[in-house]
Amino acid sequence: MAQPLVKKDDDRDDEAEYSPFLGIEKGAVLQEARVFNDPQLDPRRCSQVITKLLYLLNQGDSFTKVEATEVFFSVTKLFQSKDLGLRRMVYLIIKELSPSADEVIIVTSSLMKDMNSKTDMYRANAIRVLCRITDGTLLTQIERYLKQAIVDKNPVVASAALVSGIHLLQTNPEIVKRWSNEVQEAVQSRAALVQFHALALLQQIRQNDRLAVSKLVTSLTRGTVRSPLAQCLLIRYTSQVIRESNTQTGDRPFYDFLESCLRHKAEMVIFEAARAITELSGVTSRELTPAITVLQLFLSSSKPVLRFAAVRTLNKVALTHPMAVTNCNIDMESLISDQNRSIATLAITTLLKTGNESSVDRLMKQITNFMSDIADEFKIVVVEAIRSLCLKFPLKYRSLMNFLSNILREEGGFEYKKAIVDSIVILIRDIPEAKESGLLHLCEFIEDCEFTYLSTQILHFLGIEGPKTTDPSKYIRYIYNRVHLENATVRAASVSTLAKFGAMVDALKPRIFVLLRRCIFDSDDEVRDRATLYLNTLGGDGEVVETDKDVKIFLFGDLDIPLVNLETSLKNYEPSEEPFDIDSVPKEVKSQPLVEKKAPGKKPAGLGAPPAGPPSTVDAYERLLSSIPEFSNFGKLFKSSSPVELTEAETEYAVNVVKHIFDRHVVFQYNCINTIPEQLLENVSVIVDASEAEDFTEVTSKPVRSLPYDTPGQTFVAFEKPDGITAVGKFSNMLRFIVKEVDPSTGEAEEDGVEDEYQLEDLEVVAADYMMKVGVSNFRNAWESMGEDFERVDEYGLGPRESLAEAVSAVINLLGMQPCEGTEAVATNSRSHTCLLSGVFLGNVRVLVRLQFGIEGSRDVAMKLAVRSEDEAVGDAIHEIVSCS
Amino acid sequence: MDSFPVVKNILLLDSEGKRVAVKYYSDDWPTNTAKLAFEKSLFAKTMKSNARTEAEITMFDSNIVLYKFVQDLHFYVTGGEDENELILAAVLQGFFDSISLLLRSNVDKREALENLDLIFLCLDEIVERGMILETDANVIAGKVAVNSMDPSAPLSEQTIGQALATAREHLTRTLFQ
Repeated sequence: MAQPLVKKDDDRDDEAEYSPFLGIEKGAVLQEARVFNDPQLDPRRCSQVITKLLYLLNQGDSFTKVEATEVFFSVTKLFQSKDLGLRRMVYLIIKELSPSADEVIIVTSSLMKDMNSKTDMYRANAIRVLCRITDGTLLTQIERYLKQAIVDKNPVVASAALVSGIHLLQTNPEIVKRWSNEVQEAVQSRAALVQFHALALLQQIRQNDRLAVSKLVTSLTRGTVRSPLAQCLLIRYTSQVIRESNTQTGDRPFYDFLESCLRHKAEMVIFEAARAITELSGVTSRELTPAITVLQLFLSSSKPVLRFAAVRTLNKVALTHPMAVTNCNIDMESLISDQNRSIATLAITTLLKTGNESSVDRLMKQITNFMSDIADEFKIVVVEAIRSLCLKFPLKYRSLMNFLSNILREEGGFEYKKAIVDSIVILIRDIPEAKESGLLHLCEFIEDCEFTYLSTQILHFLGIEGPKTTDPSKYIRYIYNRVHLENATVRAASVSTLAKFGAMVDALKPRIFVLLRRCIFDSDDEVRDRATLYLNTLGGDGEVVETDKDVKIFLFGDLDIPLVNLETSLKNYEPSEEPFDIDSVPKEVKSQPLVEKKAPGKKPAGLGAPPAGPPSTVDAYERLLSSIPEFSNFGKLFKSSSPVELTEAETEYAVNVVKHIFDRHVVFQYNCINTIPEQLLENVSVIVDASEAEDFTEVTSKPVRSLPYDTPGQTFVAFEKPDGITAVGKFSNMLRFIVKEVDPSTGEAEEDGVEDEYQLEDLEVVAADYMMKVGVSNFRNAWESMGEDFERVDEYGLGPRESLAEAVSAVINLLGMQPCEGTEAVATNSRSHTCLLSGVFLGNVRVLVRLQFGIEGSRDVAMKLAVRSEDEAVGDAIHEIVSCS
Repeated sequence: MDSFPVVKNILLLDSEGKRVAVKYYSDDWPTNTAKLAFEKSLFAKTMKSNARTEAEITMFDSNIVLYKFVQDLHFYVTGGEDENELILAAVLQGFFDSISLLLRSNVDKREALENLDLIFLCLDEIVERGMILETDANVIAGKVAVNSMDPSAPLSEQTIGQALATAREHLTRTLFQ
């Protein structure tokens, strides 16, 4: 009896798998498409074939050019049929085939006929199809019909024309802009969707005209807007007007309108208005309150979409106005158990942002239950929120650190574990009390860590932080265990970490030596090499000596050289008696091309060898300069600036300049391009007037012999300046040359030339030119190891500034230093900011700068500048740069 | 935020995540492979959720996706991360309801495939290159199910089959009213 039953089930499965497109095949369908050519058309059959073609395209099949053309041509025959259903399918397939310009012509007249048909559906669809496939030339022909259609009494036709207008505005703005009057009329339409489309198009047409948009908003906020969608648009444009009006005092214009929208009957309008209010710049808590109230109501809606929208907006508000959101905390807590995990995660992270110190423990308990059943991506968000919470309430570090260590032990992917480890590391750095317990948690983690990357990161971190703890010896066991149990990469990292303990803690030295000696017998080269190296540098032949300062720098110092540069230098190094000198590696990362503007595709014909490509890196600059005998005694190149344009774009001669800084010299490299095909320039040089740069004396210059059309050439001028002084000044430049006419047909220049001059823009050497952008990976470490010996601190008033961010970036540019750890970014609305900068000053002196900014009163910015460097004079120089400007 | 609401795609997938009909309006997924990858991971992420009574919502690859399931059909609408969620919800609702009206009682994959032409037309009436055309399901379905014959066409051009089809579509129309 069982047998037939199973069989029946099979039958039903087959039935469920049935599809009208089962086994469909492109070749066969293309054959079928021949019915389009039949003299007696069968509309139903044709519709079915088109559906099959659309199905194939929709499933991702593609037609070859020939196939598409063939289908397109036969489809055009179907315009003969008067069957409405078939015509609609024809419209669809034409849009999908996106015919080429020469094919479009075939259907243009049919579509134009439909555009003027009495049937609304034809008119609307023909407009959409024609506007989709047309190009600019055809558009002028049909413009008259489109303008009519915009004000057509049938809303579908009007909408079709308006929406097409929105898309055409991207490609043919000047034509669409002529339709303003009709669009304006359509904004007043009684049909809801027409008003929506007209409003969207009108705003697009006028988006660069602030006054017009403002007028539009003013009139509409007083009038009636019929559809919720159009009302949403109006809210967007209103907030745009508010943003641009920028009034500082008194009531915000249009706020009342936004607030009234909170009482609209459509939820999408209420939400759009609430969101617009929360995003007003410098919103006050009085303005926020009504918006928060409606969002709070949404939190307990039965619709997930509403809850999601509300909690996501509140989450953003919590970043800037945590206090305004606290009223919603109870509703938010109930969302932790929401079925939709996106909503739950947003609720949790919002609570973490708004919670106060006393609620932390309760929250952590709720989150612990929650963590086990969400995906990694949500967990990462939660971990990041907990990290910022801990930094906000350092006293609560114990329960938060415990939470992190617990989740570290549970299952999870790499990104999630990395987020946890990163958080623990940051807490250890910023909360001194958390250090010991945090380090132990990390030690336990590497006992059973499947990710090599994380193990090595943690070992590296242990090497820096471990020796500074009260009892460094307790970490040794964890580290040495790695040497036995892990892969070679982790073993090598452990050896380095052990060495660091040995270097810092004299008492541990003998024991470390014993451990390191065992590592000499490791099976891996790298591990053995490291062990041998450290035993030698630490003096491991039995003597217990104080670790050398150089050794410490070697072990703990930053490799302040970009790895790319090191790689190139090592590749160029040829084995010889002379050892590789790491100081010879250029420190600045730069790959800016020397000559940026080059007319594309305009290569001079028949000029023989192609022009030598412009050198593009610091390395290449150095090679270029050292090949010129006049500059060979200038010493080592310290820094090359990025090119500064000395001419406007599109002028006869394009010139930019690169400033090369040496210890006692400055070389200007002028990169010139002659953009006139009928001219050949000879003896090109730049006459520099240095009367406004007193410290500089011109020593030599090197002209370009010949500068043919569109071939870059370089002329140099060198100046001497006092050693070690950061001389600044302004230089005015004049391009001088002999110009010869060129016969364009033969490309031959005439014998005689005329001397001529061309004024270039001025050039300045500023203090930042003496500073190289060199980052450090760990600013705090670098700052501490630099020591206070040559610290210089002073305070400055920067006067009224546009914003804090503007002030910060101005100072960074002034000093020309590398911002570290992302501190160049200023949070919006913050009133104080700390920025960390690092660089190398002329003479290879490392400089670190800590800038603390604060806003006093409305716009006055004050700054505290702390400099640490290896040289006292440099610290003073930095302060001088700031105080002089 | 865009100056008007933009829909990035509308998807109709089956209970295994395979395409029934899809329409992309954005260049975020330039190739078919990219589109398929998006559909696959979106389906994997959402298949277990219960989106049968109310539309559900999620963040996915810096996009907002709204979705609703019925029988073996999965409806999705995607928009940018700054988009008003409720506007996208209105688009999804319009799509879902108009398909339900057009397929009448039987809203499942088989019925959808049998009437795939209606589904393509429906997508065409909801969004044009990212811009919302219409969200009212009655209007959308009404536009899709218009009388198949041009009234001006001569009667002789109609075959028996067409006459039956006309009758069927006429019935559909009366059902909506």
